[in-house]
Amino acid sequence: MITIQYLVQQAINAISIGSLYALMAIGLAMVFGILRLINFAHGDLIMVGSYTALLLLVIGLPFWVAALGGITASTVVGLIMERVAYRPIRGAPDVAMLLTSFAVTIFLENTAIILFHPTSRPFPAPPILSSVITLGPFRFAILDLIAIVVAGILLILLTLFVTRTEVGISMRAASQDLLAAQLMGINVNRVIAYAFAIGSMLAGVVGLLWSARVGKVDPLMGFYPVLKAFVASVIGGLGNLPGAVLGGYVLGILEILLQGLLPANLTPFRDAFVFAVLIILLLFRPNGILGTTEREKI
Amino acid sequence: MLLLENIDVFYDQVQALKCINLEIQEGELVALLGSNGAGKTTTLMTISGILRPRDGNLTYNGYDLTRASPLGIVQLGIIQCPEGRRIFGGLSVLENLQMGAVRRKERSGVKSDLEMVCELFPVLGQRLHQNGATLSGGEQQMLAIARALMAKPQLLMMDEPSLGLAPLIVSEIFKVILKLHQQGVTILLVEQNARQALLVADRSYLLETGKIVLSGPSSELRVNPKVEHFYLGGSTA
Repeated sequence: MITIQYLVQQAINAISIGSLYALMAIGLAMVFGILRLINFAHGDLIMVGSYTALLLLVIGLPFWVAALGGITASTVVGLIMERVAYRPIRGAPDVAMLLTSFAVTIFLENTAIILFHPTSRPFPAPPILSSVITLGPFRFAILDLIAIVVAGILLILLTLFVTRTEVGISMRAASQDLLAAQLMGINVNRVIAYAFAIGSMLAGVVGLLWSARVGKVDPLMGFYPVLKAFVASVIGGLGNLPGAVLGGYVLGILEILLQGLLPANLTPFRDAFVFAVLIILLLFRPNGILGTTEREKI
Repeated sequence: MLLLENIDVFYDQVQALKCINLEIQEGELVALLGSNGAGKTTTLMTISGILRPRDGNLTYNGYDLTRASPLGIVQLGIIQCPEGRRIFGGLSVLENLQMGAVRRKERSGVKSDLEMVCELFPVLGQRLHQNGATLSGGEQQMLAIARALMAKPQLLMMDEPSLGLAPLIVSEIFKVILKLHQQGVTILLVEQNARQALLVADRSYLLETGKIVLSGPSSELRVNPKVEHFYLGGSTA
C-alpha cells in the first residue's frame, strides 16, 4: 500500500537526485550555449574531484578540506581542458569539437586507470552523511537533504551571477550571439573560461555528493552522470540554463516515478523507459521544454 | 583617421575584396554603397578585426589594425553596429546597453550616456526592463544603434541600419544618423538604400563585386548617370 510517508520520501529522493542532474546539466549548458560544444568530458571532472578528495582523505585530512580540494581540482582540470583541448579548435565544425571531447574523456579516464587502478575503491565519507534523521513519521537520509540544500544555494548564487554581474551578463550575451558579443568588446576568452570554471566547480560538488551516495569511486564513474546530465539538458532545451535546471529535476522525478510505478520485473529497464519518455517529449517539443528555435540568420 | 590601402580579403580561395582603398577623416559621414554580395559587410568585418586582410594596409590614426584583436579595435573606439541588428534577445534592453559599454571603466560617463541614448530613443527608455526579443524590428534597430553608442565610438560603423524596416522608421533612423553626424561622431555607413545614404553622407564609395568602382562627394555620385540608373532607379543611363 502507498502511504503518505512513502510518497514524501520518494519525492525527497527524486528532488535530491534531480539536484545532482541539474548541477551537472548547468555545466554542459553553459559551455554548449557559447561554443555549441557538447563537452562529454564534463563527467570526468566528477571523477577528478572525487579521486582528489579521496587522496586527501587517505592522507588524513579532514573531510571539509578534502571536499574543497576535490572541488578545486575539478575546477582547475576544467580550465586546463578548455585551454589545452578546446581553445585551439574553437570555430572548428561542431563534430570536430565533439570528437575532441571524446578524446579528452578517453585521456582523463585512462590516466585515472593508470594512476589509481581500474577497480573501484571505497569512498570513506563521514558516517554522519549516511545517517538518517527521523521527523515524526518521516525518515530522511541526511545526504538527500544536503544535496537539495546545496543545489538550492548554488542555484541562487548562479542566478545572481548571471543576472547581476557584468561577467554573468556577458556570458548570457555571448551564448546568444558570439559575434555580436565580440563586436561589443566582450572578452570572449574570459567569458568562456568562466563558463568552464563554474561548470567544473559544480561538477566537483556533484562528484562529492555522488561518491558519498554510492560509497565508492572508479575511473569511469563520470560516464553515467554526464549521460544523465546530457539527457536533462536536452529535456530542458540545450544551452538554456533555466532549461538545464528544470530538465535535471524533471529527469530525477521521472526516474523515481518509473521506479515506483513499473512492475518489479521491469525496473531493471527503467532507463529504457526514461529514454522512451525523452523521445516522446522531443517529438512534441524538439527544442526541449524551454528551448527556443535557433535565431534565423538574416 | 581610418585608412584602407590596397586591401585584399579572401574567404579561403574566394577573393571578396580586391585592392580596396578607402579613407575616412575625423567628423566625416562616409557611405559605402553597393548591392548584395558586393563586399560591404566584409569591409566592415575586416576593419573590426573579425576578418584579416591577406594584403594591404589598414591603419587607424597611424595604428596598425591588422595586428589588433577585435577587442583591441573596440578599445580604440571603432564600434560596429552589425547587419541584422544582432541585439541580445534574451537580455533586457538595459542589459543590452550595458553590454555596449562593457569595455568602459568610467561609471559616470556610462551613466550619462545611458541618459543620452534614452533621450535619443525615448521608446528604449520606456522599455529598459523588457527583453530585447519583445521589441519590434524598428525598436531593435534603435537598440542596436544605442548599444553601439554606449561604447562611446570614435568611429561608428553601421551596417545596413535601414534593412527590413518600414519607410517611416527608415527616415527616423536616418534622422538619428544625421543628428549623430552633427554632434561630431565619425560615421561609416554601409547601405543598399543608396538614395537615403547619398542624401546624408559627405562622401560615398560604390562597391561592386569586391572593388571600389566609384568614389567622391555624395552630391557628385547622386548625379552620376551610372549610379542613377543602377542604384537610384533612374530612367536611362
